[in-house]
Amino acid sequence: MAIVRSKRQSRITGWARYSALVAAALLFLVPFYLLVRSAFMREQDLGSPDFHWLPPVWETSNLTGLFDNPAIPMARSLLNSGLIAVTQTVGVLVVSGLAGYGLARIPYRWSNAVFYTITATLLIPAAVTFVPSFVLVSTLGWISTLRGLIIPGLFQALATFLFRQFFLGFPKEIEEAAFIDGLGYWGTFWKIVVPNSMGFVAAIGTITFIGSWNAFLWPLVIGRDQESWTVQIALSTFLTAQSVQVSQLFMAALVAIVPLLLMFLFLQRWIVEGVERTGIAGD
Amino acid sequence: MLRDPAFRNSLLTFLAFAVFIVPTTFVISLGAALLVARTRVMQSFFRSVFFLPTACSYVVAALVWKMSIFSGIRSGLANAVLGWFGIDSIPWLSLAEPPWYWLVIVTARLWLQVGFYMILFLAGIQRISPTLYEAAAIDGAEGWKVFRHITLPQLRATSTAVLLLLLINAFQAFDEFYNILSTFGTYPPYARPPLVYLYYTALGSGQDFGHGSAGAVILTLIIAIVAVVQGRILRLGDRGD
Repeated sequence: MAIVRSKRQSRITGWARYSALVAAALLFLVPFYLLVRSAFMREQDLGSPDFHWLPPVWETSNLTGLFDNPAIPMARSLLNSGLIAVTQTVGVLVVSGLAGYGLARIPYRWSNAVFYTITATLLIPAAVTFVPSFVLVSTLGWISTLRGLIIPGLFQALATFLFRQFFLGFPKEIEEAAFIDGLGYWGTFWKIVVPNSMGFVAAIGTITFIGSWNAFLWPLVIGRDQESWTVQIALSTFLTAQSVQVSQLFMAALVAIVPLLLMFLFLQRWIVEGVERTGIAGD
Repeated sequence: MLRDPAFRNSLLTFLAFAVFIVPTTFVISLGAALLVARTRVMQSFFRSVFFLPTACSYVVAALVWKMSIFSGIRSGLANAVLGWFGIDSIPWLSLAEPPWYWLVIVTARLWLQVGFYMILFLAGIQRISPTLYEAAAIDGAEGWKVFRHITLPQLRATSTAVLLLLLINAFQAFDEFYNILSTFGTYPPYARPPLVYLYYTALGSGQDFGHGSAGAVILTLIIAIVAVVQGRILRLGDRGD
């Protein structure tokens, strides 16, 4: 009797669990659906008092109009965002990767001191440093330049910390074999360690890329002129000023997240791994 | 600095925000992780759906929240749903009182963040040894008891990390406040968390870098103290283990 009851009970909880999951999943997809729907609506339908589940007329001219409208620097801001995200990702991987390897493997008197100094900066929220960073960058005359947008983000303490921890766990025997074959630290790193750590590199790389593409405060502070806007700043300017058609704004937002959603779907495995490691580092 | 009412207000705004956002994000992401962890069919689909907003920027979320879900007009989704039940439209963002704008800001951040913390909890849940659950089953423990006496204690390290990250991230909130509340180029005088306050003090018309930097130092001290205290409180029980 007891077994029968518990079976039925578990079937009921199973159904309850699936219903909750499906409801929550639908709720989480609503904003994406609204984004796509609004991007293809006509301006007058968006402003009408009735809620539309689907656009009464599918307006594709929002997309073409976006790149023809001289008031919206869409192509330029997408290019800026792409340039910044790619260079910062490569930069963080090279700089933090090398630094992490050096801290993990090269015996050096001050290596612990350097490591603790880097780790200590993790305690200071990055955003709190934005006023002094701004003063520094503006003294250098880098306001509204790609240099000002890219260079301060080329070194990341968190990525360095994670790389060091990862390389500490790398099998030492393989490196020793490379040393016997005459490779120095530099050669061992590039020819042996990196090719065998591509999963971890992909994890840190995708996380960095997403963070860089979606960054807001720093590009807002530095990207004063229109030529130096990233796509987030372009969107935000038109959103807060309410100076362009709303339907076109939705289309612009859709264009801005499509590259990331595609990347997300293809690289999800690595992103999950990167998030897990980031979270464990916060412990 | 500490006598500046605008600065103190920004700290109060942060506190109010943290009181809302930290527990709700914690509970919902833990709940989602528990649901997804026990699901066999389509597990990766559900995980992806909750995780997908992580790839979205705050600006895009703010656009959807401000212009579509919580637009004050009848055709905004929230007001349309209220309309189905015969309830009048609510001007979500244009009023300081009652502060409906909190609902807009908190739900936007929830949507963006839950997936990230769900992944952390999922990783924590998967590290729990199955033998613990087997032992609990032999002892006849079920449901809530298993959660209370096995899952939750085993997740202590993950929970500490999640709480700390949530608090630090709430402290650094800027993007959604700026993008949701700023209209026609001006930001309302209320609802200014520390970073919004600093932004307008240091980079606004005043360009007051001195005040801005002093504020930053105070904020750093506060976050460091909170981190240490929280670490102490949550790990106190560890010594007995």
